[in-house]
Order: sequence, then structure tokens, then C-alpha cells
Amino acid sequence: MKKVSNRNPFSSFFGFSLVTLLLIFNTGLAQDSAAETEATTTTEEVVGGDPVKGKQLFNQNCAACHSLNRKMTGPALANVESRLAEEEGLDKDWLYRWIKNSPAMIAEGDAYAVRTYNEYNQAAMTAFPTLSDQDIDDILAYTAAPPPAPVVATTPVAGSGDGSGSGSAISNELILGALVLIFGLLVMMLFLVNKTLKRIAEANGLVKEKALAEKRTPIWKAFAQNQFLVLVTSILLILAAAYFAYGWMMQLGIDQGYEPVQPIHYSHKIHAGDNKIECNYCHSSARVSKHSGIPSLNVCMNCHKSIYEYTGNAEGPSAEDLANGYTNEFYTGEIKKLYKAVGWDEENQQYTGETQPVQWVRVHNLPDLAYFNHSQHVTVGKIECQTCHGPIEEMEIVQQFAPLTMGWCIKCHQETNVDVKDNGYYEKIHAELSKKYEVDKLTAAQLGGLECGKCHY
Amino acid sequence: MASTKKYWKNEAELNPNDSTIKKLRYNEFPEEIPVDEFLGDGDTLSDSNTSRRDFLKYVGFSTAAASIAACEGPVRKSIPYVMKPDSIVPGIANYYATTIANGFDFASILVKTREGRPIKIERNKEAKFGSHSSARIQASVLSLYDSSRLQGPRAGDQDISWEVLDATVKAQLNSLKGSDKQIAFLTQTYASPSTAKLIEEFKAQYPNTKHISYDAISEDAALDAFEAKYGSRALPDYRFENADVIISFGADFLGDWQGGGFSSGYAKGRVPKDGKMSKHVQFESNMTLTGANADQRIALTPSEQKKALASLFGALNNSSVSTDLNDAVKQTIQQIAKTIGEAGSKAVVVTGIDDVGAQSIAIAINEMIESEAVDTDAPKNIRQGNTKDLVQLTQDMNAGNVGLLIMDGVNPMYTLADTTAFESGLSKVNVSICFTMAMNETCMVSKYSAAANHYLESWGDTEMKKGHFSLMQPTIKQLFDTRQFQSALMMWLDKEESYYDFVKATWETDILNGGSWNQALHDGVFSGESSMETDETTAVIVEETTDSNADTASSEGVAGMASAVGALAGASAQGYELTLYSKAGMGDGQMANNPWIQEFPDPITRVSWDNYLTVSKSDAQNLGLVNENVANGGLDGSYANVKADGIVLENIPVVIQPGQAVGTIGLSYGYGRTVGLKEEMQTGVNAYTIYKDFKNVQEVEIEKASGMHEFACIQLHNTLMGRGDIIKETSLETYNSEDASEWNHVPQVSLNHQEVPATSVDLWESFDRSIGHHFNMSIDLNACTGCGACVIACHAENNVPVVGKQEVRLSRDMHWLRIDRYYSSEDTFEGDNTKKKEISGAFESKTKFGEMEDPAANPMVAFQPVMCQHCNHAPCETVCPVAATTHSRQGQNHMAYNRCVGTRYCANNCPYKVRRFNWFLYNNNDEFDFHFNDDLGKMVINPDVTVRSRGVIEKCSLCIQMTQKSILDAKRDGREVKDDEFQTACSNACDTGAIVFGDINNKESEVSKLKESERVYHLLESVGTQPNVFYHVKVRNTDEA
Repeated sequence: MKKVSNRNPFSSFFGFSLVTLLLIFNTGLAQDSAAETEATTTTEEVVGGDPVKGKQLFNQNCAACHSLNRKMTGPALANVESRLAEEEGLDKDWLYRWIKNSPAMIAEGDAYAVRTYNEYNQAAMTAFPTLSDQDIDDILAYTAAPPPAPVVATTPVAGSGDGSGSGSAISNELILGALVLIFGLLVMMLFLVNKTLKRIAEANGLVKEKALAEKRTPIWKAFAQNQFLVLVTSILLILAAAYFAYGWMMQLGIDQGYEPVQPIHYSHKIHAGDNKIECNYCHSSARVSKHSGIPSLNVCMNCHKSIYEYTGNAEGPSAEDLANGYTNEFYTGEIKKLYKAVGWDEENQQYTGETQPVQWVRVHNLPDLAYFNHSQHVTVGKIECQTCHGPIEEMEIVQQFAPLTMGWCIKCHQETNVDVKDNGYYEKIHAELSKKYEVDKLTAAQLGGLECGKCHY
Repeated sequence: MASTKKYWKNEAELNPNDSTIKKLRYNEFPEEIPVDEFLGDGDTLSDSNTSRRDFLKYVGFSTAAASIAACEGPVRKSIPYVMKPDSIVPGIANYYATTIANGFDFASILVKTREGRPIKIERNKEAKFGSHSSARIQASVLSLYDSSRLQGPRAGDQDISWEVLDATVKAQLNSLKGSDKQIAFLTQTYASPSTAKLIEEFKAQYPNTKHISYDAISEDAALDAFEAKYGSRALPDYRFENADVIISFGADFLGDWQGGGFSSGYAKGRVPKDGKMSKHVQFESNMTLTGANADQRIALTPSEQKKALASLFGALNNSSVSTDLNDAVKQTIQQIAKTIGEAGSKAVVVTGIDDVGAQSIAIAINEMIESEAVDTDAPKNIRQGNTKDLVQLTQDMNAGNVGLLIMDGVNPMYTLADTTAFESGLSKVNVSICFTMAMNETCMVSKYSAAANHYLESWGDTEMKKGHFSLMQPTIKQLFDTRQFQSALMMWLDKEESYYDFVKATWETDILNGGSWNQALHDGVFSGESSMETDETTAVIVEETTDSNADTASSEGVAGMASAVGALAGASAQGYELTLYSKAGMGDGQMANNPWIQEFPDPITRVSWDNYLTVSKSDAQNLGLVNENVANGGLDGSYANVKADGIVLENIPVVIQPGQAVGTIGLSYGYGRTVGLKEEMQTGVNAYTIYKDFKNVQEVEIEKASGMHEFACIQLHNTLMGRGDIIKETSLETYNSEDASEWNHVPQVSLNHQEVPATSVDLWESFDRSIGHHFNMSIDLNACTGCGACVIACHAENNVPVVGKQEVRLSRDMHWLRIDRYYSSEDTFEGDNTKKKEISGAFESKTKFGEMEDPAANPMVAFQPVMCQHCNHAPCETVCPVAATTHSRQGQNHMAYNRCVGTRYCANNCPYKVRRFNWFLYNNNDEFDFHFNDDLGKMVINPDVTVRSRGVIEKCSLCIQMTQKSILDAKRDGREVKDDEFQTACSNACDTGAIVFGDINNKESEVSKLKESERVYHLLESVGTQPNVFYHVKVRNTDEA
């Protein structure tokens, strides 16, 4: 008892000091990085444009086809101005003209323009007549020396947030500790009171009749002798066992929560959650076909031609992600797996034709005897994907959310009203049926959605 | 009280000292049981530590482990495309228009593909010509996935590469350039403008090239007659919808006569409209589909048919032709002549007699009456074979004059009657190449076997009928290292472009006439002008026709035909006349390795997995040939040997065929192949061996052989026994003059001692089906010719398993849709009904019912497609203990396979006997080594329909996967379903319009209009099942009832 009461204040003190230490350390770090930012900004002032503005413009206009340090649809643009000046002897004016109207220059037959055009598979660069010379200067300034990622600048804020977070945790701990202490004292007091009372009773000669208690048959013996009780208990036991056995058997073959490891760690959280990509963008056949379809790899490449590395979300990887090893490098590695599978040569920005189709592990396995059509539910029924697949946008690894049992299907068919609005097919049927059932809204079941043959043929 | 009695088995036991007895007392078995035989090596057994108990333990544990392990689902992989083609969406079918042109069957078709696999053939309904359907066309998709296909070129038994073959051929071509030796192409009929052009180009480069077209079943007589008259080697086209009177002398035009495809036109005229329908008289020896559908069928031997045709010609020209026909026939012919005279240009005479004279006479008659049903201006090109050329080639080969022989689509070593000459010739050809899909008899003796494409992997085109072009496009990449003949030819001509480019160029320059290639490819068909050359011929024809319009025409005709008529009138035959024919299923035999075709029951005999000799009942009695049903329900038949001019065909099983002309027998082509076929498919005897001089009628002798053959016949009872409510039939006269209640009598039942119509009594409460869809199917017995295309279409659509000959014999056939065939016992079905009604007393009923079991010598025949009738009050539903079969609001009777426990109560309680039980696991089972047992064959499976397992009942679902799809399409588009969207596999496949499917809650639909007809009746109406399938009373154009 004593030990407990001692430990609490000690540990809370320890915790508190730890937090203080951390806070001090954090602030120090933030100051360091702030100094760094300052340093970089000062170096940039040598160039004519504003790299911060330039970055914005670059991302808006150029990033679809250009990257700073690697070839994409167009050449890498890091230090493009100085490169052109040194290697080709072309000045800024050439660049202004090129950016504002490159096709015209190609048509004119400018030597370098034509060469670049041919080098990059004759993909003409869009003309940007709306960009002013100043804009272009800004962009060039950015390409010459990109400003540091804003992530660094926000670090102090994040750090202080963290600090306050851990602070509140400590205060909770303090309260809890105090409570434990109070309860401990209470228990000790009760014990002492009880002891004192007993002593008083003994002194008064009120001793329990221990001998009587010893004469009684033990409870287990009494139980064994009472055949009726034994019978009732065994029936209850058997029933309970049957109940659990039944429950166990009924979950056989139900893979709710099935979360297989996939050959490529594809994160729905990043795609559907962070980047808010519409489900149907990749699973396009869900709109028209019975299969939602696993997207073919060329669909991935629509975006991943230009997204070749994972740069993480604005806040940086969370502690949880880091604990799982989901670092930026990890995700970038997964993108490289995609390139390998689809046969994409990053260097030359072209397909090699050597493909290794990805063998995904199927998560949702409906038995062959059940017919399920995605388009019926997605397009006609306008059901959200999440209704059956769960919060997919939060899943790092996809898992089977619904049990996919017939009872589960039927329950939904019985409860869900069919959205018949603006659907010419339902107009007449809906009018007649709602008259028959005297309801305004109809469930799938009322439309015949429980008939065996609708799903089993 | 203890007894001292001693029981003994053997006297010796009484002697207590007998040593044998002592020994035996301790031995359970007097002789040692030879355990070694079944336990194998005794030494190893004794060394082993495993005792019997251990073994049982292991079994127990492993079973438990296995069952627990089975609770874990297997890991399923899902592999998407790396680059998905735009046109493919997983789960959605694509349709491509193409053409089947395999030398025997020609048709414009649509191919349904799923995820790039062709799985079903549909009719190309937009084609003006060639949109017909047949069991073979429907089944042809399975031949693509034939596991015995040749997977690459071969030299003898050795696999070689195409480069080797190319080099060999090119070297040979070089050496033959300018040489005396021939280069010969022996091919099927292509009817292909591009192929013709390509061969012309080849000939230009190698002038010593000869192209010989060869049809396994020759149409020489018709082609020669047409050529003589109209100048081009082609076949007239017949449009039976324009004919009020159809007279056929041995022409099975609902079968494969002149390439077939006439059934839809014929059916149009056969459905009574405004009290009128065409009149069809058939003279024939074998019972054919055409004869079965005729109003009047006269069984004549082939030689009598010739006489009959001659005397009809005489009668029409008012000149007497004396024949020794009997008076009844003579009278009939006079009558027919009169009918033709009345019908004038609305009549048509066709003949299948394999004789140029007969064919010329038919042409002359049609010319004379200016028949509207005959189209000679735009003739058909689908038979081009010339047997004279083939005979010439064989001679050249034997003379050593052929340096290179390339064969494509032909198998002469199987289809020739006398293969010795061809074989010896072939051995003298320097290089012989046989293009083929699977090894065949000709490959075995050719130097090289070139693995050919299936038509669903090939490019091509046809001009089936003049001016009607169609395109063939691949619907799947070549499955194996194969090449089509035309591509190979291009290669050997050192052409850079592909055959596709060549076809496209040909079409753009010669055919499209400015039309769009893409549109033509999309449609699959293109109607246009033919080339200049044929236009000139047309001009000649027109002149000729104008000539024959002159007054003198008829007499000129007679004069010109005199010799032919004389020859026909004097026709005679010795012994039995054997007519060789092609079956609706097997055809010329090129699809013999197709299990769907093998299991397809012949529409007439209902025998599957066999060919047989059809013999008339009286001949059978004379020869001692019998058919009998044995205890297990199978049909057995005697064997017979057939002898003709030194050729002997031994042990041909015999089927006694009602309607077979006395003195004639029939035998079908296409069976008896062995090379390149799975063992199960090696059925029947080869009738080509007796196809001497390419004549389909042969004079033969028959004798009974010993033994009985086990048939796989799916219908054993042949007559209706006067039960007129199964097939209702009436005459046109009755139909026109009497009230519907007379000829479409509703069965009466007794309710409260009152006779009331069965339809008015109802044991159950009815569903309310007024809302949503209510599917009905209409089957017009007048339009149904019994061809069986629907049977195969159903097979393909619904993944119906093939069960094999033995199972079919045990009545375990799995066809969801069967076409029952009934013979009348009297001359007509009406006669049967009358006879039954007149039966009175126990003695009479015993004898007369016995008589009624036997069909008449020349019976009337009726076909009735029967599938699940989808009863509104279904007897099957009420007896299912697990509610596996239930009713739907849409009128379909559902069957949930996974719920079925296999009691078969439903099958027993079904009055229509349409439920089928899976006695075995028919997939992945080596005992049933058909297409469900190999990965290639499984590619034909329709992914929307469950493949059933062992122990469950299955039956027609009214193609619920198709109706559900149509409904979903409409829902997605937000519109109502169009009437023609609702289809089933059978209604899609039916080219005669006999099967119509639709929603009767849509009052505008075709099926609800059909339901209003007076001819409508339900099968076994008295049972009160209220089926959703209804039939139309068959009306025959006869005067007498």
C-alpha cells in the first residue's frame, strides 16, 4: 500500500520533467530550421524572379509534362536557363518565345526547337501566350533554385501542437494518479475499520459457529447429489455448447475482415482518402458491368507517369505510419514495383513491352452460385461504394468490410428504398406497386429483389 | 438338462482323432486366402509399423484435418490486364458480325464474346440473306476449343515450324515455275471473292496452277443442270415464302439440300394467315425433316421418284409419259399437276434427285410456270465442287504430273468412296500439304499437315448469293500456331501485306463501290452489285427468260427435255435402293469431334451418338431385322451388312423407320471417322465408302448380321396413342370453317358433377402478375420444322453438360430443351383420335391400344419443342422439401441449384418431364471426357450461368440471365424495355419464328398478340398447371381431317 502511494507522485514528476525536456528540445529544433529557411531565401535574391511565385506557376502550367530533375513528357527543367545559355548559346528571349508559342518556332525551323521536338516523340508543347515575361522569369527562378518545401516552415507549429498534446496527456495522468491515491487510502481505511470492529466483536465474545459450518456438506457434493440440478445444468451446458458451436459453424467461410497482403502495397487511404480520387476513376467498369474490375495497369500509369515518387502528405508521415514502416521511401518503392510490372522505362519515359501482370489477391470472393452485378447497385441503385466496402478511403490495406452472406444481402434488400427518381424504367412499375402496397417508397424486396432466381442462376 | 447331441457338417467330424478336422477347427478359412494379391508385397507389409488401427487413426485425423482446412477459403488471385483494350469491359459481352463458311455451312452470324472469348453464335438478323440457323452453325463455336486441334504445322509425325514449311513450299514453287508439272489446289467451296482473286493472282505467277473445288457431298447434278441452262456454275435460290404450292421430289430443303437455309422462308408460308397457307407435297424415300413437315408425303423409291417427276412434267405439258407407277401415285400426280396449274407462278417444284436430267426438268418446270419462288438471277455460290475435276486431278496425280498439292477444308481420304486411287496419287506428288484444324485421314498420307485456323480466328469474305457479300473477321487471336490457307498463300506469293489487307483492298476496289469498309465490317454483310463478268451472264439469262415466255415455250421445253424425261421414266433399280443423306446434326462430318453435335438427337429418329441404316417395317420383317426396347430403357437394333458392287459395309445398326419407302434404305454421312477424334466420338460407320461415283443413291443388297447394337435413343415411345391434347392438329379446312372450340378443344373436368373447362378450375390462389414483367413463350407448331438449332443454342447458353452415349442410353440426357417427335398410328393424327374414341370394351381396348403403339407405314409426323413450361401453378414447387424451386412474379420458375438436395421429387411430379438430374459431376471428371474436362473446352462456358455440380436438378430457366440483363440495361439507361430485347437462347436461334418470347404485360409485344390467337393451347391443359409456355395448334393444308 505504501509503495503505491509513493510511486504515483514520483512517476508523474518523471513524466512532467520528460515533457519539459522535450518541449525545450523541440523549440530548439524549430529555431534551427527557421534559420535555414532564411539562409536559402537570401541566396535566391541573386536571380531576377520570385521562386515562390514561380513554383506556383510551375505547378499550374508545367508540372504535367516537366519535372525539375528528370525527363518526363518534356525535358528536365532544373537550371534550364543556364543550361541553354551554356550548351546551346540561347538567351532568355529564345525561352520567352519558345514558352509563349513553341509550335510556331518549330514551324519556323529553329534548329534547337526542331531537335527538341523530334527528341521528345514529336509531342508539341502547349503554347502559353498568357504567361508574361515576369511570370516566365519567376518560373525560371524556381527552376534555377527551388524554394525549400513548405513542410519545413510549418514544423514549429506542428512541434508546438505536439507539445500541447502531450501536455494535456500528462494532466490526465496526474488526475488519474490522484484518484488512484484517494481510492487506495479509502481501501486502507475500510480495512482498518473492519479490523477494529472485528477486534471489538471478539472482545465482546461474539464468535462465529465454525463447527456448524464444517458439518454442512460441501456445495459440489450437494450439487452432485441433486440429480435434477445435474440434469438441468447439463442441458444448459449442452445448449450453450450447441449455441457456440452453431455460432462457430455459421462463421465458417465468412471472411469478414480478410486483409490479405498484396503484391504491391496499394494504399486506398492515399488514393481515395488523401487525394480524393473518385472510386469510379479506377473501378470504371462498376458503372456498366457486373464486375467492379481491378483497374488495368495502364490506368495507374495515367497518373503515375508523372507521379514517380511519394512525397508524403503535408504533415509528414504520422507516427503510426512510421511504426508500420510506411515511409515515403517505402511508397516510392511500391511505385517502382508498378513500373516494373507495367514495363515502364523511367529513364526514357517509354514502355519496354516487358510486362509482369500483377497477381492481386482477391479480397471479396462471392461464390459462383451467386450473381452480383455492380452496375445494378452503383448506377441504378446509386448506392455508395462504402455501403458494402466500408470506409475504403481510410484503409491502408483493403479488408473485407461486409460479411457477404446471403442474410446480409437480404437485410439490405428489405430495408433499402429503391431510388426510382428520374428512371424511366421504374416509372410505371413504381406507380402501380406503390398503389398496391400503399406506400410511397419501395424496397428492393417489394420489387422482387428477394426471389431466388434473381441472384441464383 | 444338458444335451449330448452333436451337430456335424461332415462325417469326419465324428471321428475325434481326424487330423484334418483338428486343423480345420482352428482355421477360420479352410484354404489360405491369397492376401498377397491385394496387399501387394508381403515383405514390405510385414516390415511396416502401421497396423490397421493406426491406419484408421490416420484416416480419421486426416479427414478431420481436411475438413477443418477446407473451412479456410482458398486464396484467389485476380490478374487484371496490363494494358486493357478499350473495347473490352470485364463482364460485358461484345458482339462481332462474321461469317461461317466451312464448305458445308454458310451463314452470316454474330459472335458473342466475353473477355475476348467467343462463347455463342447468334444469327445476324440484319443480313438479308444467310441469316439462317442450324444445329451445326450453333455448335461450331465449340470446335474452336477442340482439344484435339493441331497446334502447329507438321511433317508426318514431326512438329515443324512454319519457316520450314514456307521454305519447302517456296523451293518447290521455284522448281515448278515453267515446269510441266501442275500445282494443284484442292479446296472446299469458298464462295469468296477475295480468295478467288488471290488464286487468280497465284495463277498469274504460276500458270501451271489448277484450282479444284470439292464438296464432300456433291451437288454436281444441280450445278451441271444450272450451268447448262444459265451459263454459270451456281445454284438457284428458292424463296419458299412466295410459293403457295411446293412440290418436292426427294429434296430435303429443310435439311441440307443445296446448302440449306430455306426454312425461314418456308415457315413464313406455313403459318395460316387469313385462312391461307402453302401446300407442300413431298415425294421421298427416307423420312426427312422436309417430309415430316409436308402436308402430304408420298413414300417412293428413288427410281419411282424419277418416274413421278417425269410424269408430272408430262402432265404439265399435256403429253403422256408412260410409267409403271401405281394408279394412286399417278392420280396424285394428275392432281398435283392440276394444283400447279391453278397456282401458276405461285408454285414451285424442287428436286433432290441426283441426276442432271431430273434437275433440268425441275428447272424447266419452274421456268415454264414462271415460278416466283425461284431466283436464278442472283444464284447461290455455296456449292462449287466439280467431281470431274477431282477425277481428273486423281489421274494427273497418278501420272506423276502434280508437283505440289495444297488441300484446304477437304478430307478426301475420308470422303471419297475409293481412296486407293487418291492415296496412290498422293504418294506420287512431290510436296503435298493438307490444311486442317485437327489430324485427319488425309493428313496421315500427306507429307505436311498445316495447322489451319478456325473460322473464328480468320479473315475472309463470301458472296454466298450473287450481290450478297459478307465478311469474316477473327473474334479471337489464334489459339495455336496456326495459319489460314489464304495467309499462307500470300506468304508463298511473297506478298508483304496480310490477308486482311488483301480482303480490304479487294472490297474497296471491287465490292464496296464507295461504301464504308468499317460499316461493312460492323454489319458483317453488304449488298451490292456483283462484278461485271456475272452481269453479262445475267443479261443472257434475261434474254433466255424472255424467250421462254413465248407461246412456243412449253413445246420447246418438252422437246428439249424429251430424252431426259425418257431416261427418267424408264428408271429402274435392282435390289434395295440406298439413299445417302446428311443428318441435321452431323452434316458432312467435319464437326465429328464436337460433343454437342454427337449428343444432338436426330430430329427424326431421336438417336444420338450414331448413324444407322433406316429400314421400312415390312423390309425389316422380311430381313429379320428388329428393334427392341430392353429392360434399362435402352433401344437395341439388329446389325446388317450392306453390299454394293464389291464394297461391303459391315455391322451397320438398323433403325426401323416409319415412312421409309419399301425397298429403300437410308444411311447418313459424317460418321465412322477415327483419325484425330477422341475415342468417344468415334461413332457410327462411314457412309462415304459406299458413295460411289458421287451418287447419293446406290443399289445395294442387305443381309442381317449377328448381334444387337445398343443405341442412345432419347425417345422410345413414338405415337401419341390418340392423346390429342398433347399435339393438337387440324386441317386447314376445319380451321377455316369450324369454330375454334371444335379444333382447339379445351379439356373438360368435372366440378360439382358438371363438365367445365379445365382452365376454369383452380386449386391455388393466383399470384398477381399484372405489375412488372410477365414472361411468356409462344411456340408455333406450324412454323417449327424440328431442325434443332434451339437445342444446341440452349446447350451453349446454359452450360448444359454433355453426358456421353451410355448416359443418354439410360435416359439421363441433359438437354433442357427437347424436340419431341410423334408419328401417327393411323394415316393422320386425327385418325388416331377417332380410333381412340371408338374403342369400347376391355377386349377392344387391349387390342386397339396395342395397335396404336405402332406408327403407321407412312405416318404423319409432328414436332413439339418442350422445355420447362414455367407453370403458374407448378407441381414441382409444391413438392420440393427445401424450397429450391420457387416461383417468381415474372412468371419464371426458379431453380436455386445450391439449395437443391437432390430428392428428385420435383422431377417425378413434373407432368412434362423437363427436369434433369446431375447424376454425376460432369465437369473435371475423366469419366466424362468432353469439353468440360479440359481447360480449352471450358473457354466456351458462359460466365453468367452457374456450372452445376453433382446431385442437383436443373432445367430451363427461360434464360433468366438474358432477361435480367435486358432489364438491367433498361434500368441503366432509364427507359422501358423494348419488346425485341427480351429473348431466350432458343428464340434467338429460331430462324422460322416458331419460338417467340416476350412480356405479356406489354400489350404491344409480339408474344401478347400471339397469345390472342385462336390457335393457342397449353400442354396438358387438363392438369391445371397454367404454363407460361403456350403452343399453337398445328394446321395442315389438307382437305380431309
